[in-house]
Amino acid sequence: MNLDRRLLQLIRQYPWPFGLSVLLGTIGGGLLIAQAFLLSRLIDAIFLKHSGLNGILSLLTMFAAVSILRAVANWSSQEQANKGSLKIKQQLHEQLLNKIADLGPTYTFSTQSGALAAKIIKGVESLDPYFTHFIPQVFLSVLLPLSILAVVFPTDMITGLILLLTAPLIPVFMILIGKAAQNATKKQWETLSRMSGSFLDVLQGMTTLKLFGRSRARVRKISEISEAFRHATMKVLKVAFLSSLALELVGTISTAIIAVEIGLRLLEGSMAFASAFFLLLLTPDFYLPLRQLGTKFHAGMEGVSAANDIFSLLESKSPQETPAPYPRSKPAVSLQHIRFENVRFSYAGDQRFALQNISCDIEPGKLTAVIGPSGSGKTTFINLLLRFIEPQEGSIMYGSTELGMLDRKEWRKLISWIPQHPYLFNATLRENILLADPNTSEETVTETVEISRLDPLVRSLPQGLDTPVGEGGAKISGGEAQRISFARAFIKKAPILILDEPTSHTDPILEKELIETMNTLVAGKTTILIAHRLSTVKNADRILVFDKGNIVQSGTHISLLQADGYYRNALSSFGEGGPA
Amino acid sequence: MKEILRLLGIVRSYQWWMLLAAILGFATIGSGIGLLVSSGYIISKAALHPAINELQLGIAGVRLFGFARGILRYLERLVSHSTTFRILSRLRIWFYQSIEPLSPARLLEYRSGDLLQRITGDIDSLENLYSRIIAPPLTALMISALTWLLMGMFSPLFSFLIFAFHACAAIGLPLLAGYLNRGTAKKMTATRNELQSMTLDCIQGISDLTLFGRLEEHTGKLYRLKAEELRLQRKQAVIQRAHEPITGLLMNGAVLSFLWLLTPGNTNGPIEGVYIAVIIIAVMASFEAFLPLPDAVQHIEADAAAGKRLFEIVDTRPAVTAPKQPAPFPLNHAISFENVSFAYPGTDAAALSAINIKAEHGKTIAIVGPSGAGKSTITNLLLRFWNPDKGRITIGGFDIGKLDPESLRQHIGVVSQKTYLFGETVRENLLLARPDANDADLKTALERAGLGTFKNKLEQWVGQHGMSLSGGERQRIAIARMLLQDAPIVLLDEATANLDALTEQQVMQSILQFCSDKTLLVITHRLRNMERYDRIIVLSKGSIIEEGTHDDLLGQKGFYASMWSLQQSDTSGLFEHD
Repeated sequence: MNLDRRLLQLIRQYPWPFGLSVLLGTIGGGLLIAQAFLLSRLIDAIFLKHSGLNGILSLLTMFAAVSILRAVANWSSQEQANKGSLKIKQQLHEQLLNKIADLGPTYTFSTQSGALAAKIIKGVESLDPYFTHFIPQVFLSVLLPLSILAVVFPTDMITGLILLLTAPLIPVFMILIGKAAQNATKKQWETLSRMSGSFLDVLQGMTTLKLFGRSRARVRKISEISEAFRHATMKVLKVAFLSSLALELVGTISTAIIAVEIGLRLLEGSMAFASAFFLLLLTPDFYLPLRQLGTKFHAGMEGVSAANDIFSLLESKSPQETPAPYPRSKPAVSLQHIRFENVRFSYAGDQRFALQNISCDIEPGKLTAVIGPSGSGKTTFINLLLRFIEPQEGSIMYGSTELGMLDRKEWRKLISWIPQHPYLFNATLRENILLADPNTSEETVTETVEISRLDPLVRSLPQGLDTPVGEGGAKISGGEAQRISFARAFIKKAPILILDEPTSHTDPILEKELIETMNTLVAGKTTILIAHRLSTVKNADRILVFDKGNIVQSGTHISLLQADGYYRNALSSFGEGGPA
Repeated sequence: MKEILRLLGIVRSYQWWMLLAAILGFATIGSGIGLLVSSGYIISKAALHPAINELQLGIAGVRLFGFARGILRYLERLVSHSTTFRILSRLRIWFYQSIEPLSPARLLEYRSGDLLQRITGDIDSLENLYSRIIAPPLTALMISALTWLLMGMFSPLFSFLIFAFHACAAIGLPLLAGYLNRGTAKKMTATRNELQSMTLDCIQGISDLTLFGRLEEHTGKLYRLKAEELRLQRKQAVIQRAHEPITGLLMNGAVLSFLWLLTPGNTNGPIEGVYIAVIIIAVMASFEAFLPLPDAVQHIEADAAAGKRLFEIVDTRPAVTAPKQPAPFPLNHAISFENVSFAYPGTDAAALSAINIKAEHGKTIAIVGPSGAGKSTITNLLLRFWNPDKGRITIGGFDIGKLDPESLRQHIGVVSQKTYLFGETVRENLLLARPDANDADLKTALERAGLGTFKNKLEQWVGQHGMSLSGGERQRIAIARMLLQDAPIVLLDEATANLDALTEQQVMQSILQFCSDKTLLVITHRLRNMERYDRIIVLSKGSIIEEGTHDDLLGQKGFYASMWSLQQSDTSGLFEHD
């Protein structure tokens, strides 16, 4: 019954709150029985014995005390379950974040970030009803009826037998109809989400509907779809709700039978009124926990499907295990050669090698341009340099040390990276620029803003450098984001620069500025650059031509033009014949 | 609360369904009370050892109520679910109809891309409007009234007493809980929003965080935020979890008070002993209706917040309104922008300043310029998604503000860089342009758009947002739509941006041929085969800086000429097939 083993394992880590919750819940059950007992004596005293206030005062006081104790017990029971649930949520949240940090950028880029964020935030939260309500109820739905049976049997055998025989009907009905109900609930969920999906589709496409002048006509379709879904779902629910009908009937009819049965024996005089009334009070409470289990089960269902998502993420394998024996060593201070020796790599789940067999030498302080069609392995090459992934075969050397031997964090301190689409954090412009070093002096910041030509942007923002940017902040254009990325690199002052050359296509003024900024940044650094401009390629100290996971050619613009091969063919088909 | 009332106003047409469901809910709990009360009656009566036929009434009662409760519960669930679906559907249609006049202008002003996703989420969450918010108080009120009546049969004092306890449970407790938890919900929303945006930062900015060595610091902040959220949850839970036990305590308080009153010597009127147990049981059973109330309080808060977000959008004034008596669409299709200036609402910078464009009937005009120059704003204004701040736009001499916007758009065929395909079949996506087109029309259009391979795939599902097609295929479907629409004015806004050079060439050829007698505006940043346009307009920062034929402009050696030469040395068309 949806007691997922992995979820139970989580509970076992926090035995105290959940154990206490069940214990306190059971105590609450015991107090309920005591209350019923006291009440039956009280009514007996007033009704049949005609006792005055003095005669029942002690019973009244006891009833009040038990009521208060029972409220406290029930409250603490729920409280404890809530406490346990919070602990589990906190733990899962932390595990998920660690896992994502561990899986790294290659994973996050391959998934939809909104869905991943939902898994971390909503997914974890949707487990709450499962732990707070469902799990304690599982135990209570056994313990409470058992405790009631324990007092009913000594009081009256026949009533005890009726309860004992009808109680199993509830789980039996639940299992019999539960399967159908479960499918129905699932279907209902699916249709609901499909319906909201198609509604979202219409909202997102509203501009298109407007373009064709058909937006007003769409209303009819929305209502048709909704009606169709309603009819289909109601058909399913008509069957599914039979389960609750059956459960309800077991409870009410048993109560009716017991009332009549003890009534008749009272009439005969073979039973005392107090005992009869005591039994009657207990009967509904006998069936209640079992019926509640049903509703709490439904509340927990959503959490279980969220849990599947969460666990499948937690159980996925991290790609970057460091095989190095000395993972803590630091890279040499002076600039070294970076050499790829027969490096091979393929992404998980992909048969093809993203990189077949890469060997090359990146000289210190020089500009190396990487070109090639998309899918040729350029990005994988860069990912290896950034150590978002590690080579599966072959090695990458930094001077005389294998890259894998170096501590990843230390290695990354040497690198500045400028991606094609830099990400802006939900923070101020200043914080975004100071990503490398939050304690940079004001002087350096001003200087950097100038060098990266961000001053027009800073001036145009209402609060200058302290204006929030990112999703919820000021609008930043793609070109401006690239300049922020440049500024980050200026502040980091790393000796190795990896850069996906910004494309601009159309604005000659912007283009000139960008190239100037880039040249300032590149000076004196080991630069590896995915090139998009012919002018950049021409100036490179070395060009690596990638195709289908191999470096098919390497050399300078002049030397490559003289050789027969990919580079010359490509350029001539583009209309750039002779050497510049 | 204002929001809840307004939401209720929207779904008012289902008031009878809601009332029916609530009555069924009342009858269900009422039967529960009836069952227990008749049982109590049987036992009390039997204790006095009367003749067996005196028990008949009670036995009939338990039989009736025993069955009724189950069946009523079943009916109640069916009706309330069906009502919920109706409400949801009504809310969707209401929302669609309310934002239809706002689209796209006002919607685009909300920057966040996931706005629409949030909206549908908000509407979905209003699903519980009936079952969690309307039904519980209504049912509780009816049950309470039933109990007053029952008690009133014995004594008005009893009626008043049970009313006092019910009021405590239904009004006092939720108010107290709300007071104790004041501000927590707000803090929680703030924490949750921060958690949301920082989590997205962590996921999308993970490579930067990793490279700048800031990842641990960032995840550390996330842990702390989550801990804060959980602390607030705990604070809330301590109070919320007390609700049910305290309702139980109130019930017992009521039982005690009644016992006190019923004790011989305390009663102000003669109460038959048989009814003592009956009264106590009725008092106890009536509290069943009050248990779902704390839940309702929570949902009111959440639904009011969701409603508020929806109303904020819906209440925006539309950017354009249709004229009361629109002029018929003119027969001359010359387009003219006269001194048009425009700035998007909420921005200071002018997207267009004092633009003059003349496109004579049947001519082909290209508009070029760097991104952000204002090219797409020309599309937005011509389609009347916004009105110009200054100046006017005319078609055949008529101000487009005097035309019906729907008719205006039907007469302009548009292919934009952002093609939206619905998650339907190829056929349905094409029929949008011309609902009465037959298969032959569709196939011809596909062929001319360079999608001959799709002629036999009309029934193919295009996937969500058309994602099972490539970018180039989606774009060509958009072109096929434009061809089907066969409008006298055609506007291509980066229409071939996703096509490779060769296909682009073929498709453009086919479009130009098709548009030979139409007024054609082509917006592009890729300068290829520019000599085929009658006139080229160069935009930069919202102003026209150069104008003329391709050869004229190259001769001027100005902005256009440098753009042109820049693109000649751009290898992106060579190495990257993007």
